[in-house]
Amino acid sequence: MSAKTKELLVKPIFENNPVVLQILGICSALAVTSSVKVSLVLAIGLTLVSAFSNFFVSLVRHYLPNSVRIIAQMIIISSLVIVVDQILKAVAYDVSKQLSVFVGLIITNCIVMGRTEAFALKNPPIPSFLDGIGHGLGYSVLLLVVATIRELLGSGKWFGITILPTAADGGFYIPNGLLLLPPSAFFIIGLVIWALRTWKKNQVEKPEYKIGPNSTTTQEIA
Amino acid sequence: MEHFLSLFVRTVFIENMALAFFLGMCSFLALSKKINAAIGLGIAVIVVQAVTVPANNLILNYLLKEDALAWAGVSGVDLTFLTFISFIGVIAAIVQIMEMVMDKYLPALYNALGVFLPLITVNCVIMGGSLFMVERDYTFGESIVYGVGSGAGWALAILLLASVREKLKYSDVPEGLRGLGITFITVGLMSLGFMSFGGISL
Repeated sequence: MSAKTKELLVKPIFENNPVVLQILGICSALAVTSSVKVSLVLAIGLTLVSAFSNFFVSLVRHYLPNSVRIIAQMIIISSLVIVVDQILKAVAYDVSKQLSVFVGLIITNCIVMGRTEAFALKNPPIPSFLDGIGHGLGYSVLLLVVATIRELLGSGKWFGITILPTAADGGFYIPNGLLLLPPSAFFIIGLVIWALRTWKKNQVEKPEYKIGPNSTTTQEIA
Repeated sequence: MEHFLSLFVRTVFIENMALAFFLGMCSFLALSKKINAAIGLGIAVIVVQAVTVPANNLILNYLLKEDALAWAGVSGVDLTFLTFISFIGVIAAIVQIMEMVMDKYLPALYNALGVFLPLITVNCVIMGGSLFMVERDYTFGESIVYGVGSGAGWALAILLLASVREKLKYSDVPEGLRGLGITFITVGLMSLGFMSFGGISL
């Protein structure tokens, strides 16, 4: 694996994570993460759509007039999403029902559109494909981390297998119901961002407004 | 009438698009730093949502559903697999048309909305609204109310967040949480607050 390939694949996971740093594709990251299985399916779907849409957009990039590029990208993306949706409905109908509108919302997921716009229009097909996979993985990692925390602490299970037997079933663990409610996803992602930025200091944002020092000292008051 | 009113209240407060379903989060977080931008985007979302949801409802019922083409003398055709691609096409086209109409007849509003109109094409609130309309089998009348209500709920949420963030920039936030991190936590708290509407039954 050459250095370039590795960079395309690995960089979006921690260095330039689409969700945490670029504020892309947050909607689904929040809504589907109450169960690991559902999140995994969505993550795989998004990674595939992102990789292939990057690939196809990059293939036609020399023939695409600038004025119609958005609609052309939309058509490529939504055709791929239709394929994913039909496959899901045929193979895993239950999961497809649980995901409800979120499969369709891959179309408007900013990661996909953002990458075709920012990368695939300027680069050859193979690197674009890898870039799509890399960003899909960055998204998947975050999705699975959040889903693991929520499912494990919220219902004592992981992938539907009981890890922490709950008190209701005669075990020791009293589940934290808050983690099954949607708002908890916000708190977890907020805390993940905090942890990541403590580790990688260069991602910290500059303050918009600096608080000035006190004009009076303690001695003056006393 | 009462049915429509309760549907409206439900979509604005209980099933708030931003705080209960987390749709349109990208622009919700990225454009809520300034209250003026938030107002502009909020109005744009209400207008586009109020037009696209009923339009997609008509397309679904008269073109795509199984046997929907009976009025044209074609029977036994099921085009529902084309839902996504036709919805996104309709949304992109309506946004484009609205931009041109506004530019010609309402230049003041057009200038106020500025860059937000084209951005709306890829906003998941709009697409999500249409997809929920399909999932819940709304009639044409219900889809108008749902479109306006879901747009209004989203606008309300971004307005609230923008006002919180305007104040928040003067506070001393831990280094790693600054910016995006604290915004997430704020939205989480707001969403928790909105959950209290969940107990209302209409």
